[in-house]
Amino acid sequence: MATASKSRPLFDPTIVRRAILDSFLKLDPRLQLRNPVMFTVFVGSVLTTGLGIHALVADGNESPGFILGVSAWLWFTVLFANFAEAMAEGRGKAQADSLRSTRRDVQAKKLDEPRYGATHRPALASSLRKDDAILVEAGELIPSDGEVVEGVASVDESAITGESAPVIRESGGDRSSVTGGTRVLSDWLVIRVTANPGETFLDRMISLVEGAKRQKTPNEIALNILLAAMTIVFLIVCTTLLPFSKYSVAAAGQGSPITVTVLVALLVCLIPTTIGGLLSAIGIAGMDRMIQANVIAMSGRAVEAAGDVDVLLLDKTGTITMGNRQAVEFIPAVGVAIETLADAAQLASLADETPEGRSVVVLAKEKYGLRGRNIHDHHATFVPFTAQTRVSGVDIDGRRIRKGAADSIVKFINENGGATSNELRETVERIAKLGGTPLVVAEGDRALGVIYLKDIVKGGIKERFSELRRMGIRTVMITGDNPLTATAIAAEAGVDDFLAEATPEAKLKMIREYQAGGRLVAMTGDGTNDSPALAQADVAVAMNSGTQAAKEAGNMVDLDSNPTKLIEIVEIGKQLLMTRGALTTFSLANDVAKYFAIIPAAFATTYPVLNRLNVMGLASPSSAIMSAVVFNAIIIILLVPLALRGVPYRAVGAARLLRDNLLIYGLGGLLVPFIGIKAIDMFIAACGLA
Amino acid sequence: MTANSWIQLALFLGALVALAKPLGSYMARILEGKPCGLDRVLGWCERGIYRLAGVDPQQEMGWRTYAFAVMAFNLLGIAAVYLLLRLQGALPLNPQGLPGTTPDLAFNTAVSFGTNTNWQSYGGEATLGYLAQMLGLTVQNFVSAATGIAVLAALIRGLVRRSATTIGNFWVDLVRSTLYILLPLSVILAVALASQGVIQNFDAYQSVDLVEPIPVDGGEPTTTQTIAMGPVASQLAIKQLGTNGGGFFNVNSAHPFENPTPLANFLEVLAILVIPVALCYTFGVMVGDVRQGWAVLAAMFVIFIPLTVGVMLAEQAGVPQYAGMGADDVASATQAGGNMEGKEVRFGIANSAIWASATTAASNGSVNAMHDSFTPLGGLIPMWLMQLGEVIFGGVGSGLYGMLMFAIVAVFIAGLMVGRTPEYLGKKIEAFEMKMASLVILIPSMFVLVGTAIAVVGPGLEYTVGDEVKGNLNNPGAHGFSEVLYALSSAGNNNGSAFAGLTANEPFYNTLLGVAMFASRYWLIIPTLAIAGSLARKKYSPPGAGTLPTHQTLFVVMLVSTVLLVGALTFVPALALGPVVEHLQMVSP
Repeated sequence: MATASKSRPLFDPTIVRRAILDSFLKLDPRLQLRNPVMFTVFVGSVLTTGLGIHALVADGNESPGFILGVSAWLWFTVLFANFAEAMAEGRGKAQADSLRSTRRDVQAKKLDEPRYGATHRPALASSLRKDDAILVEAGELIPSDGEVVEGVASVDESAITGESAPVIRESGGDRSSVTGGTRVLSDWLVIRVTANPGETFLDRMISLVEGAKRQKTPNEIALNILLAAMTIVFLIVCTTLLPFSKYSVAAAGQGSPITVTVLVALLVCLIPTTIGGLLSAIGIAGMDRMIQANVIAMSGRAVEAAGDVDVLLLDKTGTITMGNRQAVEFIPAVGVAIETLADAAQLASLADETPEGRSVVVLAKEKYGLRGRNIHDHHATFVPFTAQTRVSGVDIDGRRIRKGAADSIVKFINENGGATSNELRETVERIAKLGGTPLVVAEGDRALGVIYLKDIVKGGIKERFSELRRMGIRTVMITGDNPLTATAIAAEAGVDDFLAEATPEAKLKMIREYQAGGRLVAMTGDGTNDSPALAQADVAVAMNSGTQAAKEAGNMVDLDSNPTKLIEIVEIGKQLLMTRGALTTFSLANDVAKYFAIIPAAFATTYPVLNRLNVMGLASPSSAIMSAVVFNAIIIILLVPLALRGVPYRAVGAARLLRDNLLIYGLGGLLVPFIGIKAIDMFIAACGLA
Repeated sequence: MTANSWIQLALFLGALVALAKPLGSYMARILEGKPCGLDRVLGWCERGIYRLAGVDPQQEMGWRTYAFAVMAFNLLGIAAVYLLLRLQGALPLNPQGLPGTTPDLAFNTAVSFGTNTNWQSYGGEATLGYLAQMLGLTVQNFVSAATGIAVLAALIRGLVRRSATTIGNFWVDLVRSTLYILLPLSVILAVALASQGVIQNFDAYQSVDLVEPIPVDGGEPTTTQTIAMGPVASQLAIKQLGTNGGGFFNVNSAHPFENPTPLANFLEVLAILVIPVALCYTFGVMVGDVRQGWAVLAAMFVIFIPLTVGVMLAEQAGVPQYAGMGADDVASATQAGGNMEGKEVRFGIANSAIWASATTAASNGSVNAMHDSFTPLGGLIPMWLMQLGEVIFGGVGSGLYGMLMFAIVAVFIAGLMVGRTPEYLGKKIEAFEMKMASLVILIPSMFVLVGTAIAVVGPGLEYTVGDEVKGNLNNPGAHGFSEVLYALSSAGNNNGSAFAGLTANEPFYNTLLGVAMFASRYWLIIPTLAIAGSLARKKYSPPGAGTLPTHQTLFVVMLVSTVLLVGALTFVPALALGPVVEHLQMVSP
């Protein structure tokens, strides 16, 4: 989750100040040329400025005041669009600055050999190359990204994740990767550097949040084409209006042809400046929202793809269920008292430090009042779990108590000359069918009963899955369990499908099958064995706690390492597209009112009857045109918060979502400018400006 | 509006909807290459044509090859018509001995019929012999309509096929549509119309004595009239069915030999829309979900019905100035009332208005009343129906593929609003599709507006014959502007309907309109085929709860809004200076 320290107020004064300055710097024509809609406005501003200056020195039939007034507001339109983009970038830049402050050039201890105790010499962090070995001790900053090769330490990663609780990093396994800029709090780590200077995670993060490497995403390109086409249509509409107007003046024998100033004003009002001006801000803000959710997206394309996800692959353990199974019930064999079973189970688990083992002790204590005893008092010998025997237990006071998987315990009993009953087998099968793990407890040649270990499904997960279903996303649980167990947990958690006895190959195959069927697949992963599947998935979120290989394979990194974060990621992706769609609709719907303002104003001298189309009752032709231009500029500023925050997404199904958005942005877009233009006109008339 | 008008409209719409399913599913069988019954009778002919032309009907084409075949075939057809028109003086079946036409008229007419526009700068009976009418124009009437159906079939295949590189075979689509759809329907309609009195002969024009001699100022009264003859029924049937609209006679279906009775009128106006309507159902069948076809059809009706009622209301309301002249324009048992100027008494307001909107909604362009004489709003609606891009039913095939381009744009915006990369029928709509769909929407409006602008700047206002300077416009002021705008809207959207009142048979308009017709037909076909090719290559994404359903009311609303908004935003200023001003001037005291 985003922490409070990371979210900034929307209009942070320092960001606003910088954005205002940037708005002017962005007037560079080369930058303007990137956006066809705003470039058209830019050209219009230059043109009207020239006309205004010309009118000042030469006599024309239009007052220089009017021309320069229109011109000023056209410049404002460009500046407001620049401001929106600068605001969106500014938030990223501020984030980048705070990240940069953690990238100090520290002294690193470079080891001659990658082992603890080897000789080391001081080296600057910026001189470290890939595959160098370094030692980092308590209190020191980790100088670069790397993989722990030796040691265990607690590390403060708050600089990257914003999470203040320290995390454990150790060699081997899935918690071996460390990030430059984080601090070792206790113990020491021997680290093999995995990134050259300038390529570290922190460097990439800085360039991503700054938007330096931002490229237009596929969908943004498609929308840009549509907007450019609309701009061309309106350019044709407005330029052909000049000959039409000249013909009309000649035919009616009165009035004067439409002026270039009015044509430019009409053009700027008609072309989709609202969406055109906010388009890049929306894209940058989408990336920014990802960062606020503590997710680093490697590209805007990935953020956009997130909105299209149809299938979500989730690991069972840690995502759907609590990490560990817990004992929930003792089921004694026939003729065995339940207390006897509980007692034996507890004794067998006293030395078992695994969470499962501890949960047996706790259950016996809570349900049957059996207190944990000190096994050393009884001259007990602990029999640890081994991969060969696959049982554990204790030898105490001559009793040989064992617990373990059914087949292993049956073997143990048989070896001791005993036999097991059918009824015990049935109990074992019943538990397996329910999705549990049966652990059989035996003493010598006799089976005492079964411990029912259960996967505990996380609270609230079922609701999240049904929310996903409403969003149109299918959830698939990935588990190493057998199909029986998997079925039961899948039913309890409410996932749509599951993959049991999953191997990396099976995962990869499943993703490919879904993709061949036209689905877009998202998954989370942390282990190195997840990387092929991560590389294949369309949206692949690697946990920050995961291995370097996983992070390389994914196209997003979740700094919180929270597997259910995918849901938020999908929402952010959808918001991004929705905001674009909503503002496009709003922008085009606005044009209707602008026609009603400008057409009568432009042609009423030729055809006075056209004044009857002045339904808003605007004061004068010049105030009508001014009002439309001012409204067109101001609406950009008013919509900046919406562009930065995004249109809220609700999981209500596509049809309902479209209906609601059409009502708000379509119908709203039709009505709002009537009110806005009228209000501005009244203001202008009241001030006697026009 | 009178009760009679409502009944006429209901009957017309009812017949259209009733025919959609049977004809639509029949056409789907033809385009999917399935047996249709008729192939048992005409199969030899189909196979014979392939053998004669050296076409392998199994050979599938990619979109580029398909587009090349369309272009080659159409250009060849246009060239053939051009030559027929230029050389008709030396060719047989020309009892009147009519001379070859001027180059500009031949160019205009050849392009006009090749592009399924059927704009007529000439008067049929006074300009063209029977050979040119039959071998030139009627043949193009068939094959230009078949071309439209073929391109539509290719686009639908693009939507249906998955990860495919081909979109069908143009020659097969062309032959099958002509042989199994257009030809049999035309035969049925021609016979039905002939039964109503539409003529079909190769006679020379007849001279008859007038019952009442017409006095001529300072001369002998006129006592005889020349009555034009010809093979009318056979050309008329395909003229209506193929959304062609090029009349045998100058006054088109207002002529008693071309449209003699109310029943003939009903059949003819039904024939204008029957194939475009049924093709929507065909589309539904071919994409495997008939609801998709009904949704598109519903969107067309949602726009068509109110606009038709609008024309009827405007014409019935008449002209306020009539009252001041003492004219009685109230509807009664003996007269239709309203604005009857330019209308046939036997058709009245209702049938003239229905025809006017049907012929402009579909890109037919035939007329049974003169649109120039409609009230300003009554004329505005047909003009706007054309400016919408000929997608409300539109041309045979071309209307639906145009509408599907609008559907792609609507889906794109709607898709964004629900937070997904837009999809239509399981195919993702991406930058390439947007580029091509934008072209399809952009090009016709560009030709309409730029063409009108060029004309009103001067070259389209007057022309010279010898030393004499003549005006092109019958009317001054805003109505004159409407006349030019209407002509360009008609040519730029391949409709062919004429407002009349504009003298267009002179080099400037023949050339300008010819270019507009050519560009807006083929510059639309090529991007459409490009989309078909691009969609065919894509994978299919099955719909889920997050995908926008495209068979429901909401999508219909979205599609209707897109078409209307684009049409309104593009043409409001131009319309404001033409019919809107006329209307306001008419109603202002």
